[in-house]
Amino acid sequence: MSNTVSTTSNNKLWDGGNKPLNASYGKMMMWFFIVSDALTFSGFIVSYGFARFKYANSWPIADEVFTHVPFMHGQELPMIYVAFMTFVLIMSSVTMVLAVDAGHKMNKAKVTFYMFLTIIGGIIFVGSQAWEWATFIKGDYGAVKTKGGNILQFVDSETSKRVAVSDFAYIYSSSRDQHEKYNGIWYKEEGPLPSFSIEEVIAGMEASPNILIRTQDLNENGHKTILSRKESLNILKSTGVSVVNGANLTENEYGAPLFANFFFFITGFHGFHVFSGIVLNIIIFFNVIIGTYEKRKSYEMVEKVGLYWHFVDLVWVFVFTFFYLV
Amino acid sequence: MSEHTHKLEIFRGLIKFKSNTQKIIGVLILLSIVTLVEVVLGIYKPAVFNEYFLNLKLLNWVFIILTIVKAYYITWDFMHMRDETSILRRVVVWTAVFLILYLTFILIQEGGYIFDEFYDESNFIKTDF
Repeated sequence: MSNTVSTTSNNKLWDGGNKPLNASYGKMMMWFFIVSDALTFSGFIVSYGFARFKYANSWPIADEVFTHVPFMHGQELPMIYVAFMTFVLIMSSVTMVLAVDAGHKMNKAKVTFYMFLTIIGGIIFVGSQAWEWATFIKGDYGAVKTKGGNILQFVDSETSKRVAVSDFAYIYSSSRDQHEKYNGIWYKEEGPLPSFSIEEVIAGMEASPNILIRTQDLNENGHKTILSRKESLNILKSTGVSVVNGANLTENEYGAPLFANFFFFITGFHGFHVFSGIVLNIIIFFNVIIGTYEKRKSYEMVEKVGLYWHFVDLVWVFVFTFFYLV
Repeated sequence: MSEHTHKLEIFRGLIKFKSNTQKIIGVLILLSIVTLVEVVLGIYKPAVFNEYFLNLKLLNWVFIILTIVKAYYITWDFMHMRDETSILRRVVVWTAVFLILYLTFILIQEGGYIFDEFYDESNFIKTDF
């Protein structure tokens, strides 16, 4: 009868063991995770864009912030190191996809070798990022923070190159004592003293006629505005509050504190993904070595962890563009 | 193995590869070239690209387009999206693209609005004092 319900369907669609969309359960779940994680990252990157449009005429210029390369001390080489990091991550993506390919061919030796290279690439990348963070936190030339929370930087009037605060600040012989726990009323300590007081910077600036002040404001050519000598002294005396060295979550010698906050947050979140990727890769690497997938007759697990690893590379491509290029 | 066949052509069949390994190397070369172009443009910032289009410098448009090109090849060839069924491709790509475009539009629009309010002299808001 045509209208009776048959319990033994000829159509095997609902009998289990099916692969919807022709993808295995694990791979599909990895894709779901990747889509949701992509949305998280795009939330971060777009809010960075929000802050940039909000401070469109005073945002730090990335080329002036990330100029350092290890072992090349004192040279200004924008983009070089981060290009190296990008290349390392693309290379480790390539070795990952070669491992997946070797897995399809059930070639255990090659999978082991390429997984190993992938892990090494990831470690080099995370190490580079740690170095980049350390350099950013330590700072470069130092700057002065104003009452309004803006940043004043110093340039040489002849070469129009940046000048470090420590190069011209006048050091008073009697420096201020650090307030310590035992002599305060509320048993509070103060943080480390700033390298120079604002009075020392003003005295130093008055003594060296070639120092000018550079504000955060961008002029019509996209460069930072340099004030005249008279304006420079005036703005420093009337608004200068303290010396800022390097960047942290509350102040940033390169400009808007939000720049540092987003830098730490986005590259930190990405770096954490790379770190988890390395851990997953190591687990899979040992599974490959002890022959788990050989017994399973399928290297699909390498493929799944590969999907995650490529996604981390994909995110970096966007972070690279929006933090360092645009 | 029929399960692991790969589509071995990129650029809509303009370039065809003999094996999957060759295709991977080909895509690596492509990604390296695109990154190199980005880095060179980022260092020299040619004045040709200083015009504005939709409130964004042409140079930044070039960067964004090159990034999307890179993202395409990473997803399609490294993540094997090229070999998945078209419905899986659409589920993953269009969901993300739609939501991201929507979010981008809202937040960038709002950022521009706040910028205008900050620097409108008739407002009682000051960022520099």
